[in-house]
Parts: sequence; C-alpha cells; structure tokens
Amino acid sequence: MAKKKNMAWYILFTAPLLLIFITVVIIPFLMGIYYSFFQWDGIGANPKVFVGLDNFIHLFGDTRFFKSAWITTLFTILAVISVNLVGLTFALLVTSKLRTANAARTMVFMPYLIGGLILGYIWQFVFSDVFKLIGVVTGLEDVFFNWLMDPSYALYALVFVFTWQMAGYVMIIYIAGIQGIPNDVIEASEIDGANRWQKLRNIIFPLLMPAFTISLFLTLSSAFKIYDVNLSLTGGGPANSTEMFAMNIYNEIFGYGNYGFGQAKAIIFFFIVAAITLTQVYITKKREVEM
Amino acid sequence: MRILVKFLKNILLFFLALFFLSPIYIIIANSFKNRQELYENVLALPESFSFQYYVEAMDKMNFLSALGNSLYITTFSVLFIVVLSSMTAWMLARTNNKLSNIIFMTFIATMLIPFQTLMMPLMQLMGSITNTLHIPMFNTREGLIFMHVGFSSSISVFLYHGFVKSIPITLEEAATIDGASKFGVFWKIIFPMLKPITVTVMILNVINIWNDYLLPSLTLTDTGLRTIPLSTFYFFGEFTIKWNLAMAGLMLTIIPVVIFYALAQKHIIKGIGEGAVK
Repeated sequence: MAKKKNMAWYILFTAPLLLIFITVVIIPFLMGIYYSFFQWDGIGANPKVFVGLDNFIHLFGDTRFFKSAWITTLFTILAVISVNLVGLTFALLVTSKLRTANAARTMVFMPYLIGGLILGYIWQFVFSDVFKLIGVVTGLEDVFFNWLMDPSYALYALVFVFTWQMAGYVMIIYIAGIQGIPNDVIEASEIDGANRWQKLRNIIFPLLMPAFTISLFLTLSSAFKIYDVNLSLTGGGPANSTEMFAMNIYNEIFGYGNYGFGQAKAIIFFFIVAAITLTQVYITKKREVEM
Repeated sequence: MRILVKFLKNILLFFLALFFLSPIYIIIANSFKNRQELYENVLALPESFSFQYYVEAMDKMNFLSALGNSLYITTFSVLFIVVLSSMTAWMLARTNNKLSNIIFMTFIATMLIPFQTLMMPLMQLMGSITNTLHIPMFNTREGLIFMHVGFSSSISVFLYHGFVKSIPITLEEAATIDGASKFGVFWKIIFPMLKPITVTVMILNVINIWNDYLLPSLTLTDTGLRTIPLSTFYFFGEFTIKWNLAMAGLMLTIIPVVIFYALAQKHIIKGIGEGAVK
C-alpha cells in the first residue's frame, strides 16, 4: 500500500517535466538520427527517400563543409587562447586588492549578459565606422580598416567579439580559483623572497589548474558552437569565409532545403561536441582525484 | 611614493575596464547624433541631445511589444523550470533505485547535444503535434515556453540534484513521521532550503532564455510575437544604413539587461561562477 502510494508521488513529481523533456529533447534526437539516413527536401508532401549511409559518405565530398570545419577549428583555437588570456589577466588584476577592482570586475563582466546577437551588431558598427576613422586619424590604415570586408580579418573580428563576450565569464571562474588559494601559501613564498613572476609561475598557476581546465573547455565548446555572433557580425561572409559549423548546418537544412544531408551534418556535429565535453569531464574528474 | 604607485594602478585598472566597455560609449554617443554629426566623427560626444532616434527606433522595432513578449516568455519559462525541475530532482535524489538512476543519467547525457542537432526534427515533431493533437506549438508564446522548459531541464535538474544530495535527509524523515505528505514536505521544508541553488538556476536560465535567438526565430513568425532578439534581427535587416537609428535601437535592448544587472549583480556573478564549476 505504502509502496503504491510512494509510486504515485514519484510519478506526480517527475512526470510533468519528463513529458516535456522527452517531447523536446529525446524524441527529436531519435528522429534526427532517423532523418540522417534519408534524402528529403523538408516538404511534407514530397517523399523521404532512404539512402542509407549516403549522406555521411557524401559529406566527405562537400568542400564547403570541410572549409567550414576548418575555419571553425581555427576560430576555436584562436578564441580559446584569446578569451583565457584576457580573462585570466583581468582576474589577476581585480584580485590584486585595488580599490577599483570591484568596479572593474562589474564592467568586464557586463558584455556577457548582452546576448551574442546584439553584441555582433554593436561591433559591426565599431569595425565598419570606428575602425575606419581610427585608421584615417592615426595613419595605421593597415591595421584599422573594416575587418569585416576581408575574409581572414573577418575571422579575427569574430575572435575579437567572442573574446569581448566571454572574457568576463571566464574571469569569474578564475577569480573563484584565485580566491581559493590559501593566503599562507602566498605569504610563505613572499617570506622566502619570491618575486612577482616566481610567485605567479610557481604558486598561483599550478594551484589554478582546476579553474584552468574548466575555463578552457567551456570556451572550447562554446566557441565551437558559435552561432549568434556569427550571424549578426559577419552573416558568414564575406563570400562564405566565416561560415562556422553551426551556421553551415542551419543553411544546409533551412537555406538549401537539404534536410536529410543537413541532419547528417548535425549528427556529426553532435559527436564532435560530445567528444570535446566528455574529454573535459574525464580530465576534470581525474584531476579531482589527484588533488 | 608607494601611495602614488597604488593610486596610479587604481586609475589604470579603472581606465582599462572603461576602455573595455568603450563600444557601449560609442553606441550611446552615436544614438543621439544626427546623420551629419555621425559621419563627421563617430568618436566625438554628441553636440545635441535628441531622443528622436529612440522614439523612432521604439516604434520601428515595436519595442514595447517585444519587451512584453520577452518578459512574458522568460518569466514563465523560468517559473516552470524552477518548479518542475526542483520537484523532479528532489524525487530522483531521494528515491534510490534503478529507474531514478536511468532518468538522471539521461538528463546528464543530453547536455552533450547541441541545439543544431535537434532543431530540424523538433520542428517536424512540433508540426505534427500541432496537426494531429491540435495544440498550437508554433506562433504561440506558450509553445515556445514549453520548448524552453524542455531544453533547460537537463542543466536545472543537474544543479538541483547536486544540491539536494548535500541536504541531510533527517529533516524530511521527521516531517514524514509527523504525517506530512510528500507534497507538503517538499514545499514547506525542502524548497525553502533550496533557495541558493534556485537563485543560480534562475539566473542561468534568465540569461539564456532572454538572449536566445535561434529557437524563437524558428517557432515565432507572427510579427506581434517577436522577442527582443528577434525584433533586433529584423530591425537590422531593414535599417543598417541609418546607424544613429540602429544605435538607439541597440541601446533600447541593452537597457533592460543593465537594469537586471544592477538589481541582481551579486547573485548573477555568484550564480555564473557556480553554474560553470559544477
């Protein structure tokens, strides 16, 4: 009797969310695998043709897809380095007991709250008009011009804006890490006569390793999945030169109407993102055991 | 000498952070300028303060309607997420059996799935729900809320689950002996204790849902239902050449975020830190 009653409570508490979760995540995921074996243009009245693994084989011949994969990788590497450098620098600065530290922290974190789409539009103006002006005024027209018009600089522009968005976020993680370092360890090193750099290299950085791993992989997976900033800043242009993975999938499905082929890409995308995230979890867990 | 160095360092850090936010200055300054002023010097302060472009942008973006939609969708999504995922997480954490483990692991595993992998089949499924069950999933704010709740459930259940595990079970047991129902135990005893993690869950989801562009762009085509990111997107499609108008529009979208930040800064920074580390 009591068991039956408990079961009823169990269902009452979990069923509503499970129903929503299964409808929104689980069933579409399984449907997505199914669709990736078909050729279909997305129009309900048109037939879905079963093509087996053809979509996945066809992927290897898709040069635009490979180009997109390559620039996404390039972007991800540059973005991870840049975000973590800027974030860590600010974290070290704002934990240095300066009176303006709090205000600085507040300001640096601000861009993260503004959505990627809006950030992209803000920087579109900065690159197109402000950069041009700075170039004319300073004479450094080789550096300050409209980056968005040049294929390789457009990629750097994306790295730039992504850094602006994410630096404050990883800064918060690094701050938590730095504040977690016991004060006596640092004081001991000062008594032993360590200079600033030695302190940083031999005490702070090794103890920051957990925060480092978390920030690294967080930026890694969010850089790899970038879409909003991509859409509003460059729109994939000029001439498809900044069409990242996520945008390539969107365009293949909803732009070109290749639903089956696009979904095959989306499945591959899932495997890559999952691999990145699982590696992170593995490394974090391993380190936790060691500490 | 030392004091001077410290003072200079303070000033330097402040200006560094200020420089970091200089794009915001550029939007504010240019949102007040007329066309000629803007083309003369984009970095200068405006000579005349006219709210003309704000009024125009507000009208063209249908800003108040977008703000209302964003507020409605974000508020109710987050409300449902908090209620449903805290209940689910508590039940899963307190019922030690195979089923609970499987459900919890499924929630965790799906955190790996990027949105792009789900978007097309999700749209197909929502289409068939609309057609066969006659529940309108597209072009309704409620349909979008339903989907937001689904996408946010994994991370929210995960965060609540971890927190519940850290609460001693004895309190609940005492209440159960006193004859309280599970429902009463949860809402009277457990939920108030979950407050710190509820704040984290709320903050994370407010930021994600408020700023989400892709999902609403796929489900809402009715112009009257547009959220702030959606109306910004369409606004920019039409008015990119008129930069002063565009800047005023961008400022409008940033103001609610700044207010939210000013009101809940401490919670936001704490919530972000916790959400990331777990």
